[in-house]
Amino acid sequence: MKGVRHYPGFLALTILCLAVLYAPLIVVAIYSFNASTSITSWGGFSLRWYGEVFTGREAARFGQAAWNSITIALIASTVATVIATAAALAMVRGGAFRGRQASFALINLPLMVPEIVIAVATLIFFSAIGLTMGYLTILLAHITFCIPFAYLPIAARLEGIEATYEQAARDLYATRAQAFRLILLPLMMPGIVSGWLLAFIISLDDFIITNFVKGAGMETLPTAIFGSVKQGIKPNIMALSTLMLLVSVLFVTAAYLINRKGRQTP
Amino acid sequence: MTDAVDLRGVVKRYGTVTALHGVTLSIADNEFFTLLGPSGCGKTTLLRLIAGFEDISEGEIRLFGHDIARLEPNQRPVNTVFQNYALFPHMSVLDNVAFGLKMKGVDPAARRARAGRMLEMVHLSAFAERLPAQLSGGQQQRVALARALAPEPKVLLLDEPLSALDLKLRQAMRVELKQLQEETGITFIFVTHDQEEALTMSDRIAVMSAGRVQQIGTAREIYEAPVNRFVADFIGETNLLEVEVASVSDGRATVILPGGARITCPSSSMTGGRHHLSIRPERLTISDRAELMANVERVVYLGTDLQVIAHLDGGQPITLRLQNAARTSLPEPGQRIGLHLEEGGARLLAD
Repeated sequence: MKGVRHYPGFLALTILCLAVLYAPLIVVAIYSFNASTSITSWGGFSLRWYGEVFTGREAARFGQAAWNSITIALIASTVATVIATAAALAMVRGGAFRGRQASFALINLPLMVPEIVIAVATLIFFSAIGLTMGYLTILLAHITFCIPFAYLPIAARLEGIEATYEQAARDLYATRAQAFRLILLPLMMPGIVSGWLLAFIISLDDFIITNFVKGAGMETLPTAIFGSVKQGIKPNIMALSTLMLLVSVLFVTAAYLINRKGRQTP
Repeated sequence: MTDAVDLRGVVKRYGTVTALHGVTLSIADNEFFTLLGPSGCGKTTLLRLIAGFEDISEGEIRLFGHDIARLEPNQRPVNTVFQNYALFPHMSVLDNVAFGLKMKGVDPAARRARAGRMLEMVHLSAFAERLPAQLSGGQQQRVALARALAPEPKVLLLDEPLSALDLKLRQAMRVELKQLQEETGITFIFVTHDQEEALTMSDRIAVMSAGRVQQIGTAREIYEAPVNRFVADFIGETNLLEVEVASVSDGRATVILPGGARITCPSSSMTGGRHHLSIRPERLTISDRAELMANVERVVYLGTDLQVIAHLDGGQPITLRLQNAARTSLPEPGQRIGLHLEEGGARLLAD
């Protein structure tokens, strides 16, 4: 049988798809090194816009937004990973219990519900219980929608770990807690780390939900960039976007590598 | 003396399905005891109940007199060798072997020394710092053994530990296992579906089927004096013939085969009626002093043996095994032969 590669138009279609996906990113990355203030004409290589990000007029605003983004992403991904790990243990190791199917659907629902719906619902909920929009509301919303992203790699990893490892530990005089801490947790670790990295990136990138629940005066990097772009795109935004892209690529690559390494050991 | 393991009326139910229907058996100290049966007979379930991985539904499990049936696995002084070995993939071979001692609170120097001695015993001292994934299947198997023996359990449970190895290695490991058991003096409970394994290693064997113990005895007892049709059929090859019991006296029965031939054989308390007669293929010889007459259908060459497939005069198929010695004549297909049944070669069975 011929491979998919031999279908007519395969090459053209591939190039088109890749171009549509990545050309804008590449253009942004290239123009972030543009010496000119124009975003359409090349004026030679320069790092001035990267300097502008850190020292320019908007530097303080971006700095604060970056700090918010990173601390929120750290806390939200960590809390979400702990919850997702507990959920995965219950789902994969808990045996058959009532509501197992429903629990699975509940954990993964945020992946399927349109983000705008979650954003509106979250905003309404926070208002209803009287929370003031700000750092805390962003954090709570991020923890919630990060859970399924952390859950998927952790549950996948756990499903691949045979129950006999824990039984062997228990058989060799380990208590339940020791069997978990000394055997199951280290074996799950690659899944937990890649779940955490994924959750971190998802939190760092989020715009829609954050924009709804952030309240006045509170900014994260995506909302700060959006606010800045509304007054016209300047090359420093391209530099900032390129930096964020770099962080995302590093994290996703790390998650991939850790997962792959983990698959080789057991 | 107290038995090492004493099972009384052990029942295990999974929902509405009953996996074990009241198993009662005793295993002596320092015994190599085998649970033998086809898959799904409950042998592994029984082992897991002794280890504590499953909750018992009814009954008692006594270990040297103490009821352990409701204890957690880590509170039972028994260790298990798993079918897939279950070596901890993130720990070195030495740490694997020392794990049980660590959990028991043995200090680091002493447990390293003991783990080292265990590795010596299974000839793997050179591999102490490797990870399990860097060992071959046979080596992993021996690490699993060393790990389970290191904490000096009162009873060692082995769940089909040889099934993943190739034939040569399996045969070598049988000898090694038996030696290990004799050296350590620990009671072994060995689960297998492989009758050859069971016959070669065990002091006693419990043949299980459908959640019940069918027979307990030495290899010789279950092979030569099977109590029922299942045991006779499962252990070794046998010819099962339907016969009519004519008379019983002094533990011996005279039976009539469909062809009209009469045979006398040992019988447990059975009265008249139709029953099954088991005749071991190697207990038949071609002879002029024949109790049975048959027509040869096929001769299969097996190397050390010849298998002769024939039909008795009553129409029933019968198989015999002849040693491949230097003989003057081989039976030919179509040839009419007389079969002599050696004393004790036939046995009347309960169903």
